Amino acid sequence: MQLYKIVRKEILAPNIFSMDILAPRVAASAQPGQFLIVIADEKGERVPLTICDYDKDEGTVQIVVQAMGSSTRRLAEFEAGDYLKDFVGPLGVPSKFVNEDIEELKKRRMLFVAGGVGTAPVYPQVKWLHDRGVKVDVIMGAKTKELVILEDKLRSVSGNLYVCTDDGSYGFHGMVTHYIEELIENQGKEYDECIAIGPMIMMKFVALTTKKYNIPTIVSLNPIMVDGTGMCGACRVTVGGETKFACVHGPEFDGHLVDFDEALKRQAQYKEEEIKKLEAYECKVEEAR
Amino acid sequence: MAKAVDRFKRTPIAVQDPEVRIHNFDEVCLGYTEEEAMAEAKRCLQCKNPLCRPGCPVSIDIPRFIKHIADGEFEEAAHVLAEYTALPAVCGRVCPQEDQCEKTCILGRKGEPVAIGKLERFAADWAREHGIKVGKTKPSNGHKVAIIGSGPAGITCAGELAKEGYDVTIFEALHEPGGVLVYGIPEFRLPKETVVKPEIENLKRLGVKIETNVIVGKTITIDQMFEEGFEAVFIGSGAGLPKFMGIPGENLNGVFSANEFLTRNNLMKAFREDYATPIKVGKRVAVVGGGNVAMDAARTAKRLGAEVHIVYRRTENELPARVEEVHHAKEEGIIFNMLTNPVEIIGNENGWVKAMKCVRMELGEPDASGRRRPIEIKGSEFEFEVDTVIMALGTSPNPLIASTTDGLETNNHQCIVVDEKGRTSREGVFAGGDIVTGSATVILAMGAGKQAAKGIDEYIKSKNK
Repeated sequence: MQLYKIVRKEILAPNIFSMDILAPRVAASAQPGQFLIVIADEKGERVPLTICDYDKDEGTVQIVVQAMGSSTRRLAEFEAGDYLKDFVGPLGVPSKFVNEDIEELKKRRMLFVAGGVGTAPVYPQVKWLHDRGVKVDVIMGAKTKELVILEDKLRSVSGNLYVCTDDGSYGFHGMVTHYIEELIENQGKEYDECIAIGPMIMMKFVALTTKKYNIPTIVSLNPIMVDGTGMCGACRVTVGGETKFACVHGPEFDGHLVDFDEALKRQAQYKEEEIKKLEAYECKVEEAR
Repeated sequence: MAKAVDRFKRTPIAVQDPEVRIHNFDEVCLGYTEEEAMAEAKRCLQCKNPLCRPGCPVSIDIPRFIKHIADGEFEEAAHVLAEYTALPAVCGRVCPQEDQCEKTCILGRKGEPVAIGKLERFAADWAREHGIKVGKTKPSNGHKVAIIGSGPAGITCAGELAKEGYDVTIFEALHEPGGVLVYGIPEFRLPKETVVKPEIENLKRLGVKIETNVIVGKTITIDQMFEEGFEAVFIGSGAGLPKFMGIPGENLNGVFSANEFLTRNNLMKAFREDYATPIKVGKRVAVVGGGNVAMDAARTAKRLGAEVHIVYRRTENELPARVEEVHHAKEEGIIFNMLTNPVEIIGNENGWVKAMKCVRMELGEPDASGRRRPIEIKGSEFEFEVDTVIMALGTSPNPLIASTTDGLETNNHQCIVVDEKGRTSREGVFAGGDIVTGSATVILAMGAGKQAAKGIDEYIKSKNK
């Protein structure tokens, strides 16, 4: 059996697509909170991506990708029926709740906050809880209406689902942080735990917001990585004054302890090189036309 | 014909000119020609009780393979090597011979020892270039063995078992087999296409299957491997986690582990424009550490265009790196700052490294390792302007497998505990290499892989009696 075949591909929004990849070993072992690494082709880099869904029977794993840099844009060129060169995972530690008592979880009032493509890794967490009878609230945020992804899928497993857009083109007009305040201050909601996944800057502000209300908050970090198995240390992050490797100690950490300012700087470490690679990629695409 | 004029002097070997090689990643040492190899081999005294052999972790019959070279029987020399080692072309290049076989060579008492490593490399390269197939396998015995990790320990263990007729599958976490030979040791010391790949191909020819992208402990567990029908498992997953100093500023932009720097360059081929992985090398780089990995990182940074400093807290005499690497590094213009220890890394307003605060050291009394302990000289702090810091301080074992396998005993260094046959505390599970010893050498890992293969063979045979 040839592995890493793209079984399905779907465009979810401009520049955002999902792919179902044949990888039975990964599908059989993936758990909520984990991630994986993809190499598109011979000269490609190791790209860490979130897991959106997995089907143990079919042996497939669903990834959701936003084509931004040269490597994700290269990935976007692949179609159903094509093969990816490498696909490895699941990586990182599963979400903490996976090992907790279900009855305890049922009592816990949980709020998930999903931003942009961060909606993808939120889905398997909410679904896992839903399958075990745990209802949770979800806020999902996007820049604008056409970038809202996976809404129906997520709604089918959520307790309440609230959509926010930065420009007000759909749902609540404002940031996810504003909606957290809205729920708590105007709608009388109370939460025991918040799990936020999205752009680093969003997670920073969600953590600041929940801190105000003393809601324990978990964030899922997406720093630069090379191997993803603890070997390179590129994903170093300071949590509660200690250095952690996001790939093996995380990716989920206590959002109130993460040094987000350092994490944001570290994430931009290869920006110059990435811009160059992207320009080179665009030239290549241009020439091919 | 080249001839050893003086028995106590080594036959010189060709290397790439330092001025040229600092601009490329091609191999530095060019190896002996047939004539040179024969001349060097003839220096060997063919001792009745060779002192070199006990110095070899895999006990190669050194005088015997050298005799064949001296007689121009290069293929026979390769066959002798194959009896003892799965990776002669690798060992000839990366073994610390001066601390092993060559250290005890009798010629070394009065002059220079025989260049055993260079001759090993010659025989292995000659055999490969002439399409000689070495290593024979016994008929299949139908017993399945799983090997975790395709570095030197795993390759050796797999090769030995395949030759005995076992059905061997290697599970490799990365996308390329080879372990440290691929991600760690640079191209200019160990060419991948011409040396490492053929060794892997040779393994496949022996019937070994290699499954890449499988992280044992995540993708599958050891328990699942037994469920899949493997009768024994060998853990050769290496020492992968980089150590840092724990000083302020280590998470600034521009501070890298040597593992990250080398993996980007070697495994991901970041030095090539056409590969997607980026690499950062500043204008002035400090590599902290004095081992082979420090030399590899320094010489890689040099080739990427930086001014490079080695910063080491003891003196040159204590450098753990191979003598040849230090020599090559110096030729290439790497600047050695000895008796210097960083205490802080200083960043600019944007979070990038701008300098390293160091102290001067002096040597005191010998410590547990027998080396004189470096002591800080009070009031000697100074700032050293750099924009990149590479930490090459060694690695510790990845706890992934131990933490997901019940009943696997580890020590307080997270190393897996084994007996002399490579057996762990868990029945049917063996281990060897850096995961047992902490970071060591290619050849010691190979020795452990070989030992464990014997242990596995005995275990499976006794179980199926």
